[in-house]
Parts: sequence; structure tokens; C-alpha cells
Amino acid sequence: MADNISVKDIIKPENLVHKRSSVMTDNIMHYCPGCGHGTTHQILAEVIEEMGIQQETIGITPVGCSVLMYNYLDIDMQEAAHGRAPALATAIKRLLPEKYVFTYQGDGDLAAIGTAETIHSCNRGENILIIFINNGIYGMTGGQMAPTTLEGMKSSTTPYGRDVKLMGNPLKITDIVATLPGTYYVTRQSVHKPGNVRKTKKAIRKAFEYQKHNKGTCFIEVVSNCPSGWKMTPVESNKWMEENMFPFYPLGDFKVPEE
Amino acid sequence: MEKELRLMKGNEAIAEAAIRAGTDAYFGYPITPQSEVLEYLTAEKPHERTGMVVLQAESEVAAINMVYGGAGCGKKVMTSSSSPGVSLKQEGISYIAGAELPCLIVNVVRGGPGLGTIQPAQSDYFQATKGGGHGDYRLIVLAPSSVQEMADFVELAFDLAFKYRNPAMILSDGAIGQMMEKVWLKPQKERKKELPAWATTGKTPDRERNIITSLDLDSYKQEQFNIKLQEKYREIQEKEVRFETFQCDDAEYLLVAYGTSARVSQKAIQLAREEGIKAGLLRPITLFPFPSTEISEMANRIKGILSVEMSAGQMVEDVRLSVNGRVPVEHFGRMGGIIPTPEEVVENLKTKIIGE
Ligand SMILES: Cc1ncc(C[n+]2csc(CCOP(=O)(O)OP(=O)(O)O)c2C)c(N)n1
Repeated sequence: MADNISVKDIIKPENLVHKRSSVMTDNIMHYCPGCGHGTTHQILAEVIEEMGIQQETIGITPVGCSVLMYNYLDIDMQEAAHGRAPALATAIKRLLPEKYVFTYQGDGDLAAIGTAETIHSCNRGENILIIFINNGIYGMTGGQMAPTTLEGMKSSTTPYGRDVKLMGNPLKITDIVATLPGTYYVTRQSVHKPGNVRKTKKAIRKAFEYQKHNKGTCFIEVVSNCPSGWKMTPVESNKWMEENMFPFYPLGDFKVPEE
Repeated sequence: MEKELRLMKGNEAIAEAAIRAGTDAYFGYPITPQSEVLEYLTAEKPHERTGMVVLQAESEVAAINMVYGGAGCGKKVMTSSSSPGVSLKQEGISYIAGAELPCLIVNVVRGGPGLGTIQPAQSDYFQATKGGGHGDYRLIVLAPSSVQEMADFVELAFDLAFKYRNPAMILSDGAIGQMMEKVWLKPQKERKKELPAWATTGKTPDRERNIITSLDLDSYKQEQFNIKLQEKYREIQEKEVRFETFQCDDAEYLLVAYGTSARVSQKAIQLAREEGIKAGLLRPITLFPFPSTEISEMANRIKGILSVEMSAGQMVEDVRLSVNGRVPVEHFGRMGGIIPTPEEVVENLKTKIIGE
């Protein structure tokens, strides 16, 4: 912080670079310090606010750490059974085709118990947005192995590290989803640095724009951290993510429409 | 579409009645003996007739969760399946009951357990009437015994489901699903445009956001919610019992049977009366709420009850609870997809109840 700026100056409206979106509620978030869920909620809310689609948006929360997302976003929401969010979204979008519909799911929800719903909603090309938070672990239930847990990575059910001979390999579901003709826009991003946050926000905005024109399923993976589940400080977890998750789950676009 | 007399299978009648009742969406997955529902709907192009959405889901699990999503938008949404598929739907049904969403689930029952058989059975009575999935909840359960009732109960089920914000089930069986009968179809109803105030239709500035969920981590609130649910079920029990009696006025012996078994029992009563046995039939139309009070009153006037079911004896437990030991209550049934004959019913009435 520069010496000539005081705290009083910083909180002056003209100096604020970041504000709470009007689509966020006042409720206190239950997320652990450093967790990527909160940041992703915030940018999603910002996009909804900036596009002026609060009245038109219906979200579906998963079973996982973000189950209570409906406490934080000031929009109509439905809470799905574990893994079934894309099935709800399918029906909602088909019955209310003029609305914007998104699901928000963790890796266990989307890539283990809900694999069939994920693949088939993408394959049908449902006009929905799927936001997939890949933190490589089951956060909510206390840090068990997820389908995306890396080889050798410790979790409460792989206490000696994931042995791929026993437990199978980490599942790159986004790669699979990108091969399906029903998907229109598939990308993998992160929210651990301001630049990445901006990119992810842009991706969400693009996805909603595509949804307006009924282009098919948009799928955004956010490689994220889980400081509590990984048993690291927030800073350590971000470093670990860059060094271990990104080489296996490289950031970037899988499928971008030609414009 | 005007009122119309048609010759149809029970499954087709459900499908046509669904279109005419102004159903907004159907989500299903093929399974014998109910696949005609989805086949009929896809052939009829209800999207062109009324705008109704019809989708073959990737599984019964997906189908019931599509129902959840659609019902959460306040729409009239339904699914149908047969026993193994309905087992798969149970988690979703529990969530729907927990989120207090109205919807219709049709079970055209086949014999079990497991893959069992594709022939008709009534062995899903416990699952349908006692909850089926996890938690303390009830479905409103209607039991048709004709193709006409397959058609009529679609609208009735939706009316009750919306009245109580509770899932309703039509518990049929493979015989009624597959057989053809004359059926009067009602004129086409318009799909409703007004959606309930609680539905997720997009938050407008004049209201709080709507949330469809069955979650409350606060145990005290969760208990309060459960108490509220139980009050709702009590109200349903008080107000919505439906049943039919046949030759009960002078009856000394009572058969209790629903669905296909009720049709067989009706014939059995005729045979019994030819032999001088004064038998009558009480046919529950609602299995939940169960006509306990009516059966209890009947028990004051008769000598014994035979519960006739195509199962190992499930509804008989509710009959016994209603009667509370005042007269003998026994069960007769066939399993594995076999429909009992009227002669067998009379025989069992004699040996198990009359004591010949
Ligand atoms: C049918 C069912 N099985 C298991 C659970 C328990 N459960 C709750 S959350 C969860 C895993 C969530 O992990 P993930 O989807 O990766 O999300 P995160 O919590 O990491 O954000 C499990 C297994 C459940 N609620 N329902």
C-alpha cells in the first residue's frame, strides 16, 4: 500500500475497484477462507447483474459445499439431489425456454454420481450453462477421494495417496464433454488470481450470451482449491494447485465457437 | 378435442388423458409393461397439440429429477415407469416430497423382487403407501381398476397434488396397463398459464427469491417442517379417502381388494353368492389415504375379511390395523405375475375365513 493513501481514502467510492454485486445477498458465506467457491459465486452474480438478467435467471445448486448457494445469490434457485442438477436444468429450460438456466456443481457431484446426467444433458445439447468446480476432492463430506483426485494425492479415503491401479485414474470429464456434439462452448479456467478471475468472468458472460441464442450446452470448468480438504493454508493451496493440478488439468479453451 | 369414446390400452389412456388434462411435461424411460405411455406420447406429438414437453430421459433417475425441476417451476409434470424403474426414482420422490412439489408418478406394477417378471403384480404397495424413499413422507396414492380410471385419475392426481403440494402416484398394474377397454376421454383442457407464487420462474422485484429445497440443517426447523408435513398428511387422511363398495349392504363376509384384484373379487362375490355366501367388496380407490374408518365400521357388521392382493400380503396389514382384531382378517394372493382366479378367491374365503 502506498504511503500516501490512508484507509479512509481507500473506502471512498471513487477509489473502490471492487464492490459486492447487487445480485449477492447480505448472508454471511459459510465457505472456508481461501476457497474458490465464494469468488466464483461473486463473478457469476456480477455477470447476472451486468447483463440485467436477474429476473430471467434460474440456478440449480448441487449437493456439495455449494449446496447453500441459494443463500448467497438473489435469484430463484432449486436445490438438486446429488449429481442430478443437469436433469433439473433440462426440464426447467425446456419448460421456461426464455429463461437463463445454469447448474453449479462440484467434481463428485458432476463427474462421479452425476456422470450420466452430465454426459446426456451435454449430448442432448441442452441450452444450459454448467459451471463445474474441480477441487479434486469431496469438500463437503470431509475430504474423501473425488473422481478428479490426482494420482498419488492424499485424501481421507486415499490416506497413502491415490493408487491408480486400485482406484482408477483421475477423470478428465471436461475433455469428454468437449467431444460431444451437443456442447457449444467448453473451457477450463481458474479463479486464484485476478487475471484468472477476469477470464472466468468473461467465460461466464459468453456462455450466457450463447444461451440467449440457443447454441447448445456451455460448460465451464473452474480448477479450484480446497485448503481445508487439502490440509493447506490458502496460499499454499494455490501454489500446490498451480504446481500439481494445472499440469494435469491445463487451463484453456476446449471448444470455442467460430464467430 | 371434444369428449370422445375410444378403445384403448390403459397405458395409452393415461398418455392421452395427460395431454387432455393440460399436462406441461412428461419425462420417462422405457420399461415393460408401461412403455406405451412414452411411445404414445412421442407418436402423438403433444408439442404440436398443446405445447407439452415430452422427453425420453437417460434413466428413471434422470426422469424423476427432471420432474423435480419442472414441478419446481410450478408446472404440471409427470413420469411413469414400472417397479424396477420406480425403485430407482425413490430418492427423487423423497426430494420432491421434501420440497413439497406437486407432480404425478405412475407405477404400472410388475412382479418382483429384482428384475422379477414383466407380468402384473401388486407387490409395490408398501413402497407406494409407506414412503418408499427415505424420510417421513407420504404420497397420495390412487389405484385404478379400469382403463377409464387410468384416464380419469390423471386429472384427479394432479388436482390433489397441487391442492396439497404433494407428489401423487397412480398405482396400477401390468394387467390394467395392457388391457384394452372402452374409455371416455374428456375434452382438451388448456395448459394453465398462471404459475404458483412459490415457483422458480425468475425473481421479480416485487417478491423475495423463490427457493426449492428440502434442506434445513437446523434440526429444530427440520422438526417443525416434519410436523407441518405430518399435519398435511392428516388433513389428506381426513378429507381425501375414496373407495367403492359392491354388495356390502347384507354382506357377512368382506373382500378388500384394489386394481386388478378388485375386478377378480367382484366376480368372486357373484360366484360366492350363487353358493349362498353373502360376500361384499370394498375397493379402496385411494391407498393413501387408506379407507381405515370405513373398513373399521364395516367390521362391526361382518364376520371376517379377506384381503385379496397380487402380493405376499401387504395391504392386509392396513386392513388388520383398521379392524384391530375384532374379526379375522386373512390374506389371499398370487405372486410372480399370476392373477388369481375368482374360483381361487372363493375357495380361500371359505378355507381362511368361513372355516369350511
Ligand atoms: C446420494 C448421496 N450420496 C452421498 C451424499 C454425501 N455427499 C454430500 S456432498 C458429497 C461430495 C461432494 O463433493 P463435490 O461434488 O466434489 O463438491 P465439494 O463439496 O468439493 O464442493 C457427498 C458424497 C449425498 N448427499 N447424497
